[in-house]
Amino acid sequence: MPDQIRSHWGALVKRHEFYLAVLIGLIVIGLGMSSEDFFTLGNIFDMSVSSAILGIMACGLFVVLIAGGIDISFPATAAIAQYVMATYVLSIGGNFVIAFLIAAVVGIVLGLINAVLVYRLKVPAIIITISTLNLFFGLLIYFSNGEWLYGFPDWFMEGIELFTFIGSDGYDYGLSLPIITLVAVILFTSFLMSKTRLGRQIYAMGGNADAASRIGINLFGIHLFVYGYMGALAGIASVVQTQITQSVAPNSLMGFELTVLAAVVLGGTSMTGGKGTLMGVVLGVALLAIMKNGLTLLSVPSYWHTVVTGLIIVFSISMTALNEKKQALQGA
Amino acid sequence: MDQVLNAMKLPTDRNIRYLLVILVGIFTIMAIASGDTFFSLANLQSMSSQMPLLGMLALAMAVCMLTGGINLSIIATTNACSLVMASILTISPDNGMVLLLALVAGLVTAIVIGLLNGALIAYVGVSPILATLGMMTLINGLNVLISGGSVISGFPESLLVLGNGSFFGVPMPLFLFIFFAIGLWGLLEHTSLGRTIYLMGSNEKATRFSGINTQKAVLYVYVISSILCWVAALIMMAKFNSAKAGYGESYLLIAILASVLGGINPDGGFGRIIGIGLALIVLQTLESGLNLLGVSSYLTMALWGGILILFIALQKRKA
Repeated sequence: MPDQIRSHWGALVKRHEFYLAVLIGLIVIGLGMSSEDFFTLGNIFDMSVSSAILGIMACGLFVVLIAGGIDISFPATAAIAQYVMATYVLSIGGNFVIAFLIAAVVGIVLGLINAVLVYRLKVPAIIITISTLNLFFGLLIYFSNGEWLYGFPDWFMEGIELFTFIGSDGYDYGLSLPIITLVAVILFTSFLMSKTRLGRQIYAMGGNADAASRIGINLFGIHLFVYGYMGALAGIASVVQTQITQSVAPNSLMGFELTVLAAVVLGGTSMTGGKGTLMGVVLGVALLAIMKNGLTLLSVPSYWHTVVTGLIIVFSISMTALNEKKQALQGA
Repeated sequence: MDQVLNAMKLPTDRNIRYLLVILVGIFTIMAIASGDTFFSLANLQSMSSQMPLLGMLALAMAVCMLTGGINLSIIATTNACSLVMASILTISPDNGMVLLLALVAGLVTAIVIGLLNGALIAYVGVSPILATLGMMTLINGLNVLISGGSVISGFPESLLVLGNGSFFGVPMPLFLFIFFAIGLWGLLEHTSLGRTIYLMGSNEKATRFSGINTQKAVLYVYVISSILCWVAALIMMAKFNSAKAGYGESYLLIAILASVLGGINPDGGFGRIIGIGLALIVLQTLESGLNLLGVSSYLTMALWGGILILFIALQKRKA
């Protein structure tokens, strides 16, 4: 019995997610002691809302990275989906189902373009998606003249709120649209990646594309799926963002790609594909969200936020790399 | 078309031939559309003074890509160098010793960042894209923190001449770019470090097992990349007459684009400096030309992306 516990413990200690969880635990305890606002339900909801877009996009990028690719163009995809969706809602109306549907379909179409280019041209995906990022953003700003869209109908402005309650600070809180969407996306991605055949095929392709192809996996199909999925989630995240900010600016998501990438790799997802867990991604997003929230609550000047984020990223990726090196040595 | 080019004894490199064809195409279209303005001395001068900043950054990117790596922290490094130099310079702008001190301090900043990047990649074993992404975030944060996000300006004439001066009608930045491009070419083609860089890009493991200290080479590569960023910082300070955290962030992806368009293989091992030079001329003539024709700069941005995809597709079709 003790042996069994020890071997479980040994497996746990080897995992990147374990260290991440310990780090988050320490930060949470520290923040809980130093700021009485941190553990209020209101603050926890605020944190979830503000990290919803990051979390949704991170799920999409996670799937692409597992498949051995990368997508830098998704902020542009999201911006275009957002613009099309907002134009429709402003001129015709509709409801949230239609809004999500339009944004997701636009996202999927742009994602499929990426997939076809990456698969056909056989050039590193980062190069293709940097090109499409420029292409999509350039065209969007050219055709939209960089104009903002606002003045959405009431149903859009109010959003959806379930189980509302009044927090200790007097504001209303509840399961709002961003939180519901975030949770739904995480649950669906988790089901997809660990319980379906498609999910295992994505892992297989990321691990070794040649081997995957020889056992009969349709690589082109998987490419279409992962980039399409990334596009769809970018579209969905863009609706959530519109609902939170109540306006659409074509350039509001510019530069977001590297933040999302940082969150995903913080969680231990490998850049070469095939390795990583959704749990790690969720922890990575949570770590960034908690850090930002904590620094604000402790009234640290915002100038420090990027420095601390950078330090955490460098520290965390170094730990992952050293850990992998050690395991490789033990294995040899 | 290929026979014609072969007959003209142009470089056998397919990539460079395509670039030349594109360039001839652009020149022809511009000559018909607005020949007088496009080929005027003023326009040629303005083009050749704009190109070097992106050029230096593309060189900084390319040297890392040749080893199969990438350097996402080039813009952050450039801004860090210019902020360090600017804050020293403004103590006493007209003192020659202070200028020298500022230059040295900027160079030291660049080398320290390069060593950190290289050490993370070579000794800790982080993948280049992650290491430089992390460093980029960290350096950007430090830039904003130390400068307080404010603009530093007021530089001596001796520095500004690097950006705006000209020598026999040729803008100074172009001289700087040509000087460093030739220097890098010499390093890549005629030193053992250069051979190691190409070898590592082709097969890192084989290079290591043939007794070459690849870890040290990686360290050198990222230091060289940072030093090129320092030169870019000088050009940028002189051109804008100011330094600020967050300048030139849109150049990051364009530097990658220029390198790949110039024939640098993103997986490493292949690519020549002359290709990057041509790619830069293509990008610059395209930008200036479209600008003269009154096309929106955002459409130009879209075109750059489109051209790169088209270019890669052309290469693959023939291969």
